[in-house]
Amino acid sequence: MRLTVDHVTRYRYDAPVRSVVQSHRLTPSSFSGQKLIDWEVTVSAGIKGARHRDGAGDVVQGWTIAGPVAEVTVHVRGTVDTEDLAGVLRGHRETVAPDCYLRETLPTRIDVALADLASKASGPDTLALAHALSAAVSDAIAYRPGVTHAHTTAAEALALGEGVCQDHAHALMACARSRGIPARYVSGYLFADADGQAHEAAHAWAELHVAGLGWVGFDPANRCCPDARYIRLGSGFDAQDAAPIRGIARGGGHEDMDVTVAIQQAAQ
Amino acid sequence: MSQFNEMYQGSSVRMPYARLQDWVATMPEELRSLKQAEAEALFRRIGITFAVYGEGGDPDRLIPFDMFPRVFSGAEWSKLERGIKQRARALNAFLVDVYGRGEIIRAGRIPGRLVYQNEAYEKAVSGFVPPKGVYSHIVGVDIVRTGPDEFYVLEDNCRTPSGVSYMLESREIMMRMFPDLFRENRIEPVDNYSEKLRRTLASVAPAKCKGEPTVVILTPGHFNSAYYEHSLLADLMGVELVEGQDLFVDGEYVYMRTTEGPQRVDVIYRRIDDAYLDPLCFRPDSMLGIPGLMDVYRSGGVSICSAPGAGVADDKAVYTYVPDMVRFYLGEEPILQNVPTWQCGREDDLKHVLANLPELVVKEVHGSGGYGMLVGPKASKDDIERFRLKLTEDPGNYIAQPTLALSTVPTFVEEGVAPRHVDLRPYCLVGERIELVPGGLTRVALKEGSLVVNSSQGGGVKDTWVLAE
Repeated sequence: MRLTVDHVTRYRYDAPVRSVVQSHRLTPSSFSGQKLIDWEVTVSAGIKGARHRDGAGDVVQGWTIAGPVAEVTVHVRGTVDTEDLAGVLRGHRETVAPDCYLRETLPTRIDVALADLASKASGPDTLALAHALSAAVSDAIAYRPGVTHAHTTAAEALALGEGVCQDHAHALMACARSRGIPARYVSGYLFADADGQAHEAAHAWAELHVAGLGWVGFDPANRCCPDARYIRLGSGFDAQDAAPIRGIARGGGHEDMDVTVAIQQAAQ
Repeated sequence: MSQFNEMYQGSSVRMPYARLQDWVATMPEELRSLKQAEAEALFRRIGITFAVYGEGGDPDRLIPFDMFPRVFSGAEWSKLERGIKQRARALNAFLVDVYGRGEIIRAGRIPGRLVYQNEAYEKAVSGFVPPKGVYSHIVGVDIVRTGPDEFYVLEDNCRTPSGVSYMLESREIMMRMFPDLFRENRIEPVDNYSEKLRRTLASVAPAKCKGEPTVVILTPGHFNSAYYEHSLLADLMGVELVEGQDLFVDGEYVYMRTTEGPQRVDVIYRRIDDAYLDPLCFRPDSMLGIPGLMDVYRSGGVSICSAPGAGVADDKAVYTYVPDMVRFYLGEEPILQNVPTWQCGREDDLKHVLANLPELVVKEVHGSGGYGMLVGPKASKDDIERFRLKLTEDPGNYIAQPTLALSTVPTFVEEGVAPRHVDLRPYCLVGERIELVPGGLTRVALKEGSLVVNSSQGGGVKDTWVLAE
């Protein structure tokens, strides 16, 4: 499937700031299920900084914006060819040892309820167990925007029984790690096709490491594995670690952010 | 427990201390107290103090200085030097490996869990090889002695070991107070440490740096307990002492604000922890770091010493495997031995530890500074039972070691001169070359019979001499 992305993030400051520094994971890497056709990130008044590919295979690009500025716009435009590999991340170049992702972080910390949820899932092998865990999380946490926030933990979302894709991913990661399966957070885009379902275009899911198969994506928010509708941007220990944009403004006031994402299918 | 006295063997004086015998025998009582007061005044004047955490009282308390030097012969030192350098090479090889292919783990020589699930392992630098393949540029190796030829490594410090200012100031004060001693004994100098440190740091400048590299020391600020040391080293090296707010990222480089405008920085000797280095990569609430620093670092625009992630090599659980690292990477037998260590996370080890608590030293895996440790032979029954409970609840958090009979060195005390237990921290510099100044920080447990030398637990310091051959 050929998908086009138009993603605008606008930061507004109530007083002009002296400077802004950002670190982006906004460029998809190419692997068997995903090929970059064209891709461009622009930052208003931004100076392109250092760029590297990190150990997890993500392209990381620094930006600096000299102030005073009251508004910063990050604009992502691009075209990607995707293929349905049933969630398997095949042909992805990375060096981080999977066991690294057994470490828990604050939002993915296990509690009694999560451990209980995880222990009830079963399967004849790791892959089947991963599917069972993902299904268990889908059942336990209903998709409902607005009840959780950026800092909600997996344990809190499970207690609420409601949440968004970030909460689903964190909960699945906590459960998987408690069963000894390395798990990581993935940020990306989702093309909402005409299936009538509500989707988040700026999306997130989890990848679980299955020995022999490698990293496999699971999207408990949509009860599926990533397919050709998914564009993968980057990964991390949790939502914050995998954030497509991390930034900091110096010497300013309150920040407001709004995001628009449009994913469309293009003619091939 | 028989204890090795570094000065006396029975009634005879060991060779390195020969000349100190007369010195102490002929020193009048009044002169001694006069000199001790002078030394204290000098230390206070320089402002070298060390904050003591968790004890209340005066945070600017002086670390007591003992005038009786600790002496090594040239031959003793040369063995130590070879052992320390060997260890520093192995630790750096390990760091390059575990952030690369992880051969030592694939070979089954160290459990991957200890490395990859370690909090000090930084995923952010996976796949990155710092200039010259060095992660830990200043390796502080804590060594204890139990006999004429028996040295054990207690722990390694691969991040930012502190205390070198005491090595430098102790020597300076001794030379000022007892110039005759330095004429009568041929003592190797240590004052070239700062020049060697500067050369080491400059030697790991990134490839993008053309010409003479600009080196800075990054401090968390004046409230940090080692701030004096940060400013002393900056002074001695002739480099700027900066805080996070003095540096900024612009494009592909890091710059320092100066009165003449921004100046590019090539090497940052940081004295702040990984977690605070860059809020865009690590803790987002850090006010001490430089936003964007890690992106510049990863793309080769600046060097950071020690390299982020170096801490995984000095973890107390990883420590057990350092002799294996020496064999694995260097194909050599370790010159310095580890203290036998029980990992309480292992069932058999835990059993042994619980059965022998009164004889053992128990430490937290991530603890430092002598806090949260149990010295079995010195502990009360209550303390031992308290630790038994802690060990049962969270065994993986503890290691245990036999209580070593640390060597003693004569020390000035109320009643005159008496033996007190000591350890040693030399500072090995690793850059293009590996260097070790002949000396280090000798810490002394001033309380009679005490084995805890940490300054936070009532330890003092001594000048450490290495005699020229």
